[in-house]
Amino acid sequence: MSVLELRDVHRRHGQGATEVHALRGVSVSVEPGEFVAVMGPSGSGKSTLLNLAGGLDAPSTGEVVVEGAVLGSLSRSGLARLRRRRIGYVFQDLNLLASLTAAENIALPLELDGLAPRKARPLAEAALAEVDLEGYAERFPDQMSGGQQQRVAIARALVGERRLVLADEPTGALDSQTGEAVLRLLRAKVDAGAAGVLVTHEARHAAWADRVIFLRDGVIVDTSTGIGSAEQLLEVSS
Amino acid sequence: MSIRHGLLALLERGQMYGYQLRTSFETETGATWPLNIGQVYSTLTRLERDGLVRALPEHDGGQRPYEITDAGRAELAIWFATPIAHADRPRDELAIKLALAITTPGVDVASVVQTQRSSTMRTLQQYTRLKKDGAELPWRLVLDSLIFQAEAELRWLDHCEASLVRYVPPATAGDVPAAQAADEITGSKR
Repeated sequence: MSVLELRDVHRRHGQGATEVHALRGVSVSVEPGEFVAVMGPSGSGKSTLLNLAGGLDAPSTGEVVVEGAVLGSLSRSGLARLRRRRIGYVFQDLNLLASLTAAENIALPLELDGLAPRKARPLAEAALAEVDLEGYAERFPDQMSGGQQQRVAIARALVGERRLVLADEPTGALDSQTGEAVLRLLRAKVDAGAAGVLVTHEARHAAWADRVIFLRDGVIVDTSTGIGSAEQLLEVSS
Repeated sequence: MSIRHGLLALLERGQMYGYQLRTSFETETGATWPLNIGQVYSTLTRLERDGLVRALPEHDGGQRPYEITDAGRAELAIWFATPIAHADRPRDELAIKLALAITTPGVDVASVVQTQRSSTMRTLQQYTRLKKDGAELPWRLVLDSLIFQAEAELRWLDHCEASLVRYVPPATAGDVPAAQAADEITGSKR
């Protein structure tokens, strides 16, 4: 079963003369262990697609399905629960809470979901270890570098049973080495069985995905699957 | 770059025979530039002729090692100190193709751009996959170079696409009635 499925999704903002058609009949599915990048110029619908996938916005027509649940058929609280439990978000502005430590930031979504702090804590520590930040549990965001904060944000996005990670320009302000480390981490999470969607305007980052979708004016104009052997490519180019 | 300088750089580390040179060259550059053994030997012969390397007595196994000479070291130092001139690089067929596509009747330029973009993206994904599999620093830097080049091409394609949106082709003699065209050329008004 696909972790994420968009079925003929349209999204219009405004009405009449000011109507903007942000997405026009987009269909995408993302399987477990699959990493999909979405590229396109500003205004092509990339962020709209991500917001719809994450249940932060609703389509005008069409369906968004996350792990078998049609988002539009869920109650408000059902949707909120699904967002908390199943979907992880990584944004350019990290949205870490400055007054909470790294471990508390990661444990927060679990505790909001009703898990006792003493149960959430070990999960948060394990998540920190997975992003190579053992020993950072008690640090506050302003005591960490940008790259470390982004790793905390990724750990938070994937703590617990989350199977879908949505990333919007997650390497935004990071230097190229740190940015690459973040992508390696997302890639590793996806290889371990999650499904990932990355919105980016950087081709070098999109290249970490299995599939790159090109959006133009709300329509998918092409998809690159990167199939083929690079060794072969190198021989041809030499 | 020439294979000459590549071989000189390897010999700077110590004497080697042809097969070793070929293997080291491919290991260091991650096989981006496969050499056949014939190229290695013909290059060594020319380097020896020019006094940049010296052939040593054959091993028992019949392999003849080579070592770099002082003249070879000087040549190598110059190579490292001299930037690669852009004029030495081959002309970019893609840029020429797009330039011609714009003025050739019946060519859908946007689709030429998109076809190239998908292809270059695929290349970029493949290089990135090699990098993901873990590589030693020299090979990783070669891969990064290929990755940055592919990325630059994609950026340029985005730029082309954005420019095409705003592009209004100049009226040519073929597009307007001949009399009107003639007026425009001579600047006269009816």
